[in-house]
Amino acid sequence: MREFIDGAEAIARGALDAGCNFFAGYPITPATPIMLRMLRELPKVGGIGIQGEDEIASIGMCIGAAMTGAKTLTATSGPGISLYSENIGMAIMGEVPLVIVDVMRLGPATGGATTVSQGDVQFLRWVTSGGFPIIALCPSGLADCYTLTQHAFNLAEKFRAPVFIATDKEMMSAQQSVDTATFEKIQPINRVYASSAEEFVPYKIQHLSDTPAFAPVGGEHLIRFTTSMHDERGIITKKPASVDHKGRHLAAKIEAHRDELEFVKHDPQDGAHTLIVSYGITARSMIQAAHNTRANGKRVSTLIVQSLWPLPEKALRDAMRGITRVIVPELNLGQYRLEIERVAHARDPRPVVIGINRVDGELIEPEEIEAEIGD
Amino acid sequence: MDTLTHSSITTYRSLERPKYPFCPGCGHTLTNDHLNAALVQLQLDPRKTVVVTDIGCVGMSDQYFDVQAFHGLHGRAITYATGIKLANPDLTVVVLMGDGGVGIGGAHLLNAARRNIGITVLVFNNLNFGMTGGQHSVTTPHGGRTATTRGGNLERPLDICKTVAAAGASYVYRGTAFDKDLPARIAEAVQTPGFSLLDIWELCTAYYVPNNNFSKGALLQTMQGLGLASGILQRLDTPELARAYREEYAEQRGKPVLPPSFIEKKYASALTATTRVVLAGAAGGKVKSTASALALGGMYAGLWATQRDEYPVTVMTGSSISEVILSRDEIWFMGVAKPDLLAILSPECLSQMTSQLRAMDETQTLYVVPELAQQIQTRAHKIVFNFDRAPIKKSLALTATAAMVRHANLFPLAAFREAISAGQPAEIAHENLKAVDASEFVI
Repeated sequence: MREFIDGAEAIARGALDAGCNFFAGYPITPATPIMLRMLRELPKVGGIGIQGEDEIASIGMCIGAAMTGAKTLTATSGPGISLYSENIGMAIMGEVPLVIVDVMRLGPATGGATTVSQGDVQFLRWVTSGGFPIIALCPSGLADCYTLTQHAFNLAEKFRAPVFIATDKEMMSAQQSVDTATFEKIQPINRVYASSAEEFVPYKIQHLSDTPAFAPVGGEHLIRFTTSMHDERGIITKKPASVDHKGRHLAAKIEAHRDELEFVKHDPQDGAHTLIVSYGITARSMIQAAHNTRANGKRVSTLIVQSLWPLPEKALRDAMRGITRVIVPELNLGQYRLEIERVAHARDPRPVVIGINRVDGELIEPEEIEAEIGD
Repeated sequence: MDTLTHSSITTYRSLERPKYPFCPGCGHTLTNDHLNAALVQLQLDPRKTVVVTDIGCVGMSDQYFDVQAFHGLHGRAITYATGIKLANPDLTVVVLMGDGGVGIGGAHLLNAARRNIGITVLVFNNLNFGMTGGQHSVTTPHGGRTATTRGGNLERPLDICKTVAAAGASYVYRGTAFDKDLPARIAEAVQTPGFSLLDIWELCTAYYVPNNNFSKGALLQTMQGLGLASGILQRLDTPELARAYREEYAEQRGKPVLPPSFIEKKYASALTATTRVVLAGAAGGKVKSTASALALGGMYAGLWATQRDEYPVTVMTGSSISEVILSRDEIWFMGVAKPDLLAILSPECLSQMTSQLRAMDETQTLYVVPELAQQIQTRAHKIVFNFDRAPIKKSLALTATAAMVRHANLFPLAAFREAISAGQPAEIAHENLKAVDASEFVI
């Protein structure tokens, strides 16, 4: 059965089905429709939705609520991510489960408020000081908006980390007919709480790649949360061994689990030498281009990247088998192409990587991609 | 653990870290001890007590208490405290911040007071930035010498208490770290349901004291000299936000969450090729709602549909352009660089239609209102609406779009009629249907 909805609706449904019970945000085009839905719907599930005085307050409230055990969501656009930056660092440092939607619009700065873009791709990767791994999912359809939002919540819980949903103005505000009955519901992962029977050490882990057990502010245990570099007790430290351990842990808890973080849709065609790699709204141009190309009797493989970060290297390597030409369409000047080139350069023979890039606020036409596919 | 709340707690200070890290004579030691005394007086459950610290020397304080300890970014402590209190109103939330935090986080302070969120803010106000080497802050007195005001501060200090009082704080107090009754005042503030703030003046023995020959006596003189009142300055009994929210929305609990709204196929469409339609008109011309009806009508006829709307940020003026794609197959690419059908309804949109008009060729159709028919040059097949014969001339967009649906044979008009009536009050639906009926006469 079909409905006529937009991405904001699909993301809100995904968030609520994942158990989201706290939202704070600040109005910004084109992310506002998510806030409107969350503020309207959360009271129905006993949750809290609030409009902050600015973006910094909004993410700050989310972090505070998350540490009491809430499943939190916030949504903004690129200028808002700029303001979130320092707090995203704190969420990484303090290991806070948090889902952040970035509805990308044309940048830099205020840029084009109602203009589609994929210009935040590298911004999200290196969003805060220190240089740590980040998880970012990217929906290319309404079903993805719904399902990847649930995955984002689950990953945030599992890794106690901020998780991005990187989307764009068109995905959020264009309405589409869609068979919502086929949307995939994901089993929600709930936070692993520390046992109340044992002594609680806030950041104690067995292995570097483990995620520490959680105890809520206000629960049985006393917690110590800090934005500063800390030891496993949550006590501020400069001791090289403790600092080294924490830094390597923050990287390892994501890097060591890359297998669980690779989300792609690979559509290979036997005998194809061209692979198109795309994500988000641009993946839709790619799908149309591949459809047209195949209808003309030519061969082409496609790969939709649903998890931008960490880079799905294994899936990309596998997809490049037998490929001589990789086309990367994106609505920026080649930010993700850099990553694809890095993977391609490690292959022998090395495929040629071609970018198709638009930053004029228009979508990439399927014909522009078809023209690059060749024979 | 229940015994905790029943047996008497003699200290909330950390047993592991009995010695504060502060300089000799620093006011932070005194104020933290007063906070401890207040907590002992109140006998709060440490598990339900949260100390949120800001940045600066004061930011180290939470680690010296055995309560829920939360140390956040500079100026943002109030935001975390607000999130904690909103999520769990049963917790006692105390923010410890310096005058530096008041400056950088001023917006949060103002809004917390205005919202009347039930947290207590203790400003450890030592009139300068201690941790970074004694720079001036928003409370440095006029003439005060600091690392960044060597010749004496030219700026005027902020009256924190007056500011939050004006914003609606439930409890406001100003005093010094030397006040004997400070534990009682802190306890009072903590017990206040709404937002409470204590502006506690302190000595910074590392910087402000040596730079200004400052002393306990000078502290009081400065306060008086600046005309700043002390003692309890405001007590209001206004609803606290976290509880008010719950009361306000209690009746919402259990209502259906984002219920689906399915659109059933009731008609058949003769459409074979994917058709990209653009409706271009003026704000207030019902372009967007008509486009929705077009998409919905297509869906009633079993088609897939998408809709993109373009309008200026000031929504009630200028152009309004909607793109609708109808197809027998699922639609991937949502762009409409080259419309199959373009309806131009008013001059406001013309400047934005240049590239689409240029892209159109003989296989496509332009539908245009008569007043613009001459000036638009296009290779597309041109159809000029003739509204003269239409019995009613209201809802031009509806009449024109219905005429296009008929002319291009997109889907049965009955599907469009159903779409424009769906969810509308009977009167409006009736008016809309009359506008659709008028479409018979315009092409």
